[in-house]
Amino acid sequence: MTGRIELWLYIAQRVSAMVLAPLVLLHLATIVYAIRDGLSASEILSRTQGSVLWASFYGLFVVAAAVHGTIGLRVILREMTLWRGKSLNVAAIGFCLVVLFLGFRAVEAVT
Amino acid sequence: MSGPLATRNHPTYWAFVLHRLSGLGLAIFVPAHLYVLSLALEGEAALDGFLRWTEVPLVKAAETLLVILLAVHMAGGLRLLALEFLPWRDWQKSLIAIAFGFAVACGLLFLMRAV
Amino acid sequence: MEDASGAADALTFEVWRGGEDGHYATYTVPHQEKQTVLDAVTYIQRRLDPGLSYRFACRIGMCGSCAMMVNGAPRWTCRTNAARIAKDRKIRLAPLRNLPVIKDLVTDMTVFFEKWQKASGTFVPSDPGATEFASVPPESKERKAASAGIECIGCGVCYAACDVVKWNPDYLGPAQLNRAWTLVNDVRDADRKGHLAAVAVDAGCHACHSHQNCTTYCPKGLNPTESIAGLKRATMSAALKGDL
Repeated sequence: MTGRIELWLYIAQRVSAMVLAPLVLLHLATIVYAIRDGLSASEILSRTQGSVLWASFYGLFVVAAAVHGTIGLRVILREMTLWRGKSLNVAAIGFCLVVLFLGFRAVEAVT
Repeated sequence: MSGPLATRNHPTYWAFVLHRLSGLGLAIFVPAHLYVLSLALEGEAALDGFLRWTEVPLVKAAETLLVILLAVHMAGGLRLLALEFLPWRDWQKSLIAIAFGFAVACGLLFLMRAV
Repeated sequence: MEDASGAADALTFEVWRGGEDGHYATYTVPHQEKQTVLDAVTYIQRRLDPGLSYRFACRIGMCGSCAMMVNGAPRWTCRTNAARIAKDRKIRLAPLRNLPVIKDLVTDMTVFFEKWQKASGTFVPSDPGATEFASVPPESKERKAASAGIECIGCGVCYAACDVVKWNPDYLGPAQLNRAWTLVNDVRDADRKGHLAAVAVDAGCHACHSHQNCTTYCPKGLNPTESIAGLKRATMSAALKGDL
């Protein structure tokens, strides 16, 4: 039943995409708003520091992006290179963990 | 020996290429982006130091490109979700144009406010 | 008509000769009005080079046997006007992409049909003892979906056009998945779950990236991408319900 893994990865990819869509829209809006008059750490942090709302927003963003990006990269590598099988899956999980780690560290840093 | 497919010149193929390239670009960018943000852990000054470095035209151009990459990937992704989960409509080729237009608009908006 | 060289409106054909390894041989073919690429290939084989191997049968766009790569695009040569497809009076002919070459313009379609079986492209009959005709409303959603895809004659053009087939040798293929979708929508078929299970595999319907090369080139105007999107929806909801 290893074939079902690809089905579930597909489902996870589409579901994470649906989660990401509104988050990305909000992120784009935030970027375009915040870039006015330049970026500064104090401007960013004054908005996000101590905010449970921003923490939840970015936390969810990190998880969805980690899942979505990992599955996407794996597909690209399987199709465009000769790399496949267990070692690719291990590398993919590794990438996902790295993004999760860096992501939550970033969320901690700004909220 | 059959050679490359000479006629990939249709909109849905190019939409795929853009989607794949933008996804690849974002996957490379995101870990770096998250790392930079975590500089704030070392205090505001650490993050500010990096942000000041980004105030040059070349970086602003790169940032505009990244905004477009994100918008392109999202818009293209929404088109795919519509294609796969909603009843088929033959005018979806126009959706590609709309999606791309939206993405470029985002980039331009960013660029105008960033400079 | 015998000596084509020097004819003012002749066309030049670069034709693949050999197996997986080979070369393009050049032939000059006198042009006639409304000449199809198949007419030209037949001229080459009968008048210029009897050793050329190629397939055809009906000559009138019904059987799909004459499919090959014409200037990089998979087409039926009997339905391709030679003068219109030519680029600077030149036409390059190669065997269908993504299939092993037997000789010259002839490919081995075994894997195409093996994948057809793998994708469960076979109707599964229900109770053989039934004495009533199955009643299928023609305007029902399922029948319309099935009817939209059943005209496929297995010519292989979509398979040759598909990039995913090229990148993933195990990919079941657009024609195969299109057929599975018509069966999933056939209310007389007794094993809908089996059809869904057969396409929900590694290199199954989820490997499609919706390039729509298949839809662009299908000589019968079918839309395998739409069928595959349907399979994606059906397998996803079956999986989420625990039916797969």
